Amino acid sequence: MSANNASDLHQVSDRLAHNAMRHFSERLIEALLFAAAAVSVLTTVGIVYVLVSESIQFFQHVSIVDFLTDTQWTPLFDDAHYGIMVLISGTLVSSGVALLVAIPMGTVIAIYLSEFANGKVREVAKPVLELLGGIPTIVFGYFALLIVTPLLQKVLPELPGFSLLSAGLVMGIMIVPYIASLSEDAMRAVPMSMREGSYAMGATKLYTAIHVVVPAAISGLAASYILGISRAVGETMILAVAAGMQPNLTWNPMEPAATITSYIVQVALGDLPHGSIGYQTIFAAGLTLLLVTLAFNIAGQWLRRRYREAY
Amino acid sequence: MQPMTTEQIRVLIARGKLKDTIFQAIGIICLAVGLLVIFLLVSDMLMRGLDRLNLAFFTEFASRRASQSGILSAWVGTVLVMFVTALAAVPLGVAAGIYLEEYAKRNWITDIIEINITNLAAVPSIVYGLLSLGIFVYAFGFGQSILSAGLTLALLILPIVIVSTREAIRAIPAMIREGSMAVGATRWQTCRYHIIPYAMPGILTGVIIGLARAIGETAPIITIGALTFIAFLPPVPFSATGVEGVSAGLFDWVMSPFTVMPIQIFNWTSRPDPAFEVNAAAAGFVLMGMVLSMNAIAIYLRYRMRKNIKW
Repeated sequence: MSANNASDLHQVSDRLAHNAMRHFSERLIEALLFAAAAVSVLTTVGIVYVLVSESIQFFQHVSIVDFLTDTQWTPLFDDAHYGIMVLISGTLVSSGVALLVAIPMGTVIAIYLSEFANGKVREVAKPVLELLGGIPTIVFGYFALLIVTPLLQKVLPELPGFSLLSAGLVMGIMIVPYIASLSEDAMRAVPMSMREGSYAMGATKLYTAIHVVVPAAISGLAASYILGISRAVGETMILAVAAGMQPNLTWNPMEPAATITSYIVQVALGDLPHGSIGYQTIFAAGLTLLLVTLAFNIAGQWLRRRYREAY
Repeated sequence: MQPMTTEQIRVLIARGKLKDTIFQAIGIICLAVGLLVIFLLVSDMLMRGLDRLNLAFFTEFASRRASQSGILSAWVGTVLVMFVTALAAVPLGVAAGIYLEEYAKRNWITDIIEINITNLAAVPSIVYGLLSLGIFVYAFGFGQSILSAGLTLALLILPIVIVSTREAIRAIPAMIREGSMAVGATRWQTCRYHIIPYAMPGILTGVIIGLARAIGETAPIITIGALTFIAFLPPVPFSATGVEGVSAGLFDWVMSPFTVMPIQIFNWTSRPDPAFEVNAAAAGFVLMGMVLSMNAIAIYLRYRMRKNIKW
């Protein structure tokens, strides 16, 4: 026994060394994986830093009051005006048109798929919706400009070649899949027993859907609408292609107008020197856009908490 | 209240059933609109662009003459940018997903990362363009290059990759981990030899959907200042450059100016000359083909997966 002691000890210390090595590499890998997860936080920090720091420089030239109340947006002219309301009006009108299409259509499709359709219809419909949601927005822009606008001009002859209306309509079609699939998920999560209770009282499917399932899933529906609004407000290419890019303070969807996003595209296509005031305007516009979407998201989370039904 | 006669009840039931039927019809019409849009879009682009869809279209550069323009620089640019995007987004996203599912402790840091990922998914894509204009293009000095564009799109699809990785990992039952650890594997060995291989189909689906989204993104790439007219290709590694005796390095193409398919389409749709609409249609058809086939592969993979998984 005693003769083997030395080599036994040797083995044990080998194993301990191996263990320590293993321990070290495990820790290293965990640190690397954590770093990867932290990239997403860094992205947010980067977004806020870039937008805020460039905007601060912008607001040293332009007062916030002018920015919010001026009724002209002509940052690239000699007589420069910086009234963001001009761009916000275009954004709100086009988003409004889009939501007037997307919310009813998306909700009806969701109710139909979750309450009426059988498995086979659903198996076909969901991939179709997914494909619709996957179409690149630039292709939707082409669709709005070269197909929808000419069609609309047959009904409304006075419609100009670029308009918020046709861009908004196509944007609505683009958003339908998001609203439909999220709303359907929310309605399918409503327990079957609630529907059965309603059927047992003699209610029809439609009555059950509208008076039992929809109220029970209302927080999920609200969340899907909020996501739709975020998409509409942040949508860029459809508007850049089909809504024209002239700044125009208007609440009439029949007119062409620039939005926050299409203004950024317009400036980026030009050749503004880094650090000029024109260059800084796009960051101020971007910050406004981020704040608008953030406001909708916070409202959405509040709504969800306020009306959440737990089963 | 007067009790109803059988006749009255029958009328009531018939009315309820009629409403159900009408609603079903509306639901099917709404779904059909989605299908119709896809059909109209694809057929219009095909009919308009059919003449241009020949081999020369893929091997010619963009030109001032519509009939001689091609998409060579655009599709090469798209392929290279997607390569950089995948190279950055896949390791980062998968690592972050593994960290959050397998390593992260329940504490406030994890909470921040999770909330942050949810919020990043709702940030408009053009804001990512502004981020990378400030960080990659100017602060890091990457310029308006393939590298900047690839990294921008990587950050954009990171939430998609992370969420799909997490979902795939969450579907693996705990007994797999327990079995692996019971025979002495470390946490990383368990991930390396069990979790990642089993989650692979789900991760792959998420990556394909993310790349399909990235391939059609226009706004962020325009924002970083990609050129719209490029009549040359990025340098092939080790090929001769214009300078005598100097050949291009292995990674020179990464810093090259570039254009991508959506930007080329945008450029063609925004020209007043209708001859370019034909080019836009043809290029749009090619882009739609790329996106739809990627989505179709992802949908098929998911379908296969759902059928095959048996724990």
